[in-house]
Amino acid sequence: MSLKKTLYAASAFALLAGASYSETTVTIATVNNGDMIRMQGLTDDFTAQNPDIKLEWVTLEENVLRQRVTQDIAAKGGQFDVMTIGTYEVPIWGKQGWLVSLNDLPDAWDADDLLPAIRGGLTVDGELYAAPFYGESSMVMYRKDLMAAAGMEMPEAPTWDEIKAAAAAMTDKEGEVYGICLRGKAGWGENMAFLTAMSNSFGARWFDENWKPELNGAEWTATVNYYMDLMNNYGPPGASTNGFNENLSLFQQGKCGMWIDATVAASFVTNPKDSTVADQVGFALAPDNGMGKRGNWLWAWSLGIPAGSDATDAAKKFVAWATSKEYTALVASKEGWANVPPGTRTSLYENAEYAKVPFAAMTLGSINAADPTAPSVKPVPYTGVQFVAIPEFAGIATQVGQEISAALAGQQTVEQALDKAQMLTSEEMEAAGY
Amino acid sequence: MATQHSRSAARLMMAPAVILLLGWMLVPLIMTLLFSFKKYLPLRGGDLGWVGFDNYIRFVTSSAFWPSVLTTLTIVGGVLVITVVLGVFLAILLNQPMWGQGIVRILVIAPFFVMPTVSALVWKNMFMDPVNGLFAHLWKFFGAEPVAWLSEASLSSIVMIVSWQWLPFATLILLTAIQSLDSEQLEASEMDGAPKLAQFGYITLPHLGRAITVVVLIQTIFLLSIFAEIFVTTQGSFGTRTLTYLIYQRVLESQNVGLGSAGGVYAIILANIVAIFLMRMVGKNLDA
Amino acid sequence: MARSVTQKRKIINTAAAWSVGLLIFFPILWTILTSFKTEAQAISDPPVFLAFDWTLENYTVVLERSDYMRFLWNSIIIAGGSTLLGIIIAIPAAWSMAFVPSKRTKDILLWMLSTKMLPAVGVLYPIYLIFIKMGLLDSKIGLVVVLMLINLPIIVWMLYTYFKEIPGEILEAARMDGASLREEVLYVLTPMAIPGIASTVLLNVILAWNEAFWTLNLTAAKAAPLTAFIASYSSPEGLFYAKLSAASTMAIAPILILGWFSQKQLVSGLTFGAVK
Repeated sequence: MSLKKTLYAASAFALLAGASYSETTVTIATVNNGDMIRMQGLTDDFTAQNPDIKLEWVTLEENVLRQRVTQDIAAKGGQFDVMTIGTYEVPIWGKQGWLVSLNDLPDAWDADDLLPAIRGGLTVDGELYAAPFYGESSMVMYRKDLMAAAGMEMPEAPTWDEIKAAAAAMTDKEGEVYGICLRGKAGWGENMAFLTAMSNSFGARWFDENWKPELNGAEWTATVNYYMDLMNNYGPPGASTNGFNENLSLFQQGKCGMWIDATVAASFVTNPKDSTVADQVGFALAPDNGMGKRGNWLWAWSLGIPAGSDATDAAKKFVAWATSKEYTALVASKEGWANVPPGTRTSLYENAEYAKVPFAAMTLGSINAADPTAPSVKPVPYTGVQFVAIPEFAGIATQVGQEISAALAGQQTVEQALDKAQMLTSEEMEAAGY
Repeated sequence: MATQHSRSAARLMMAPAVILLLGWMLVPLIMTLLFSFKKYLPLRGGDLGWVGFDNYIRFVTSSAFWPSVLTTLTIVGGVLVITVVLGVFLAILLNQPMWGQGIVRILVIAPFFVMPTVSALVWKNMFMDPVNGLFAHLWKFFGAEPVAWLSEASLSSIVMIVSWQWLPFATLILLTAIQSLDSEQLEASEMDGAPKLAQFGYITLPHLGRAITVVVLIQTIFLLSIFAEIFVTTQGSFGTRTLTYLIYQRVLESQNVGLGSAGGVYAIILANIVAIFLMRMVGKNLDA
Repeated sequence: MARSVTQKRKIINTAAAWSVGLLIFFPILWTILTSFKTEAQAISDPPVFLAFDWTLENYTVVLERSDYMRFLWNSIIIAGGSTLLGIIIAIPAAWSMAFVPSKRTKDILLWMLSTKMLPAVGVLYPIYLIFIKMGLLDSKIGLVVVLMLINLPIIVWMLYTYFKEIPGEILEAARMDGASLREEVLYVLTPMAIPGIASTVLLNVILAWNEAFWTLNLTAAKAAPLTAFIASYSSPEGLFYAKLSAASTMAIAPILILGWFSQKQLVSGLTFGAVK
């Protein structure tokens, strides 16, 4: 028996004996958002508990990440054992059988503690396909000092017209203060996430019950016109290339009076280390138009395990660790309660310490106000608040987003943009066989 | 004269390179062709059967197709014109007697070493950003309204970024060519009292013909497939969607491999049309 | 009189060339400077040029967050490996094209260049599937082969143009002396073509180092080079100019330094047969 064979035999034996002797590598694909980078920094805690598991991180910018994981799972490349995905991907991939069910995570992980709205978005036919790492909705963040200076007060649940009045009052272009900052950068997860959520409050919908697109209908036209009006009069220059990060940066520098965006942004804008306006931020629910729906979305960055993974058990251990109550406590002990990943667990919002965080209540209220199964005023054939949970949506909405972005940049009118959007959506839906 | 023996030896020596490239070209090409005649949607279960020329018709009739071809040609053409014109100017300048020529040359070629991703990120964020970018500060300093470069002047901005990357390459090749210019010829013309401009037009420029051809050829090959610069800066919005980017959107964003593959075939055809033009030009100018 | 005129011209030339050079170099300089600022200084209005508190904080943060050495090592292996492999395959091919030309030589050469026009995005899917089948995803070997194939036409062409400048009589003479084909290539031709080979190597290392499509799409953790490293810094939340600058500087510094040290070789060889 050669040495090599002996080694093989030995390692095979070790595997049979319970895999505890060999080191398992778990490759994790994740976004370069602040919460994930923090998680990466805290992995020593996990590897101390699981010395036989080695973690490999692939941290990428959101667009690159999305392309990489979609490509990998669709072609069954098997490069990753844990993927950071959202409420858009999970139902689609889960239905295809591409994700490992997480129903068998240990009881201590406590699935019943997850917020119902978030859990529902990650469950297909009773199987939980991804564990939420942080959940978010959207809300209004505003500058209390600027509002006070303008002699105004922000209601807790404003209407769009109140938002417009506040934006007009706070805008001071000479002083580089813009009344309102909104997403303008094209992308289904950028401007279209905001606009689709906004359109819900205007009574618009992407498709009617027969999957016929309604993008150049009256409701969408009203939505986009209102958005243009806000941005052109009270928005920052070059808004058509501003995404979440660009707006965050502007707000932190004190250049925005209001910003309607993800609830997770609250911890960044109130962090005195990065934000020059940390102590002056107020929060309000996303606006409505008196039609019964608010313009807020629902999203959860979640950890899923692709079905082809060769380290499923180790991956499950990691997912359970990263989304556990203990992890929340760990972050709280090191970085303070304001920095724990929000929006996934009921227990967090029942925690007396967390209740002191200024944006906790507003975040929970916003998440609970979103309903993915009935996003708009009229009935729709799809689920998803700021997206439509069909595989074609990402491609379609990114192109629609580009048309609207071009309109915002003044290269075409709203009508032209929406007509083009309607046409390309029809084309794509037809190509997909609807 | 080459013997029979050396001829067969030559064939043998060429074989590895030729076979490898043939494989590299044919295998993906055949698979792309195969996919292009299928309804192939990985997110809806993969291969859904043959559809004939549907994908080809759909790709070419989509409202995005012709604009994307035009955008591709505009970027390639724009960058070529800028790099060749500025390259000639820079080459002549660098060939003059001066102090610190070596250091200036180092400064000029530096952009060539910068990753396209990095250069796009730096230009986008630190220079073209309408609020914090350096250009915005500069504009404000002169009392002008800052320009949102990547949305208001998107195509020119991308042409500029790419030109910055490729200018060193053009300059270097043209500089080597100028240095080989017979100085006696120039001196003779100077004696004859030929004005500088005529000297440039009648002696320098014709001498640079070959070098310009080479610059155009090599750069076109690389420019037809630029991707990182667009992905990082505009993601194809504001009329910067090239054919390459359109295919990327079809294959990866919409996950429609069949449609994207048909687009790939069109891109190959476009590349070959451009190639034929180039080869004609090169064939005349370059006795290979 | 004549002297003073040339002196004056030299001063003007120097001033013009230096201004243009500095203008072209400025984006890189600005990136390097910004990498030593704090995030707040990086976006200060008006911008500060040199008078800021120099700090290494950004580099510390970047080094803490990512395993820079591994990305660097992968870049070195992939760029170096693909170039070396390419040179080994290209030398015999270029030799035979230059010294035993046939009617089809030019066609083959131009055909080789035309393979570079295959749009990468169009063939990503097929290549990805092949890589899965062969177990090459996230492996350095796979990337070495792909980048070698991408740059092979350029390598062959560059070498061909150098070899053509070598007078055939020398090879004839060597052959008369009884040198075998192998010896002829190895001991006669290669030494004479060293400058050409050197600049070919340099150019291809640069091209492979900066290639960002295949290196990003075919790797995950183990084989990811610096192009993937930079993809995790492109737009993090909050202020990021200084960190981005630090990461950028770290990604381009090795190749920039290599390029500057060897610019003489690169310049002398980068002619593509453009000079007769």
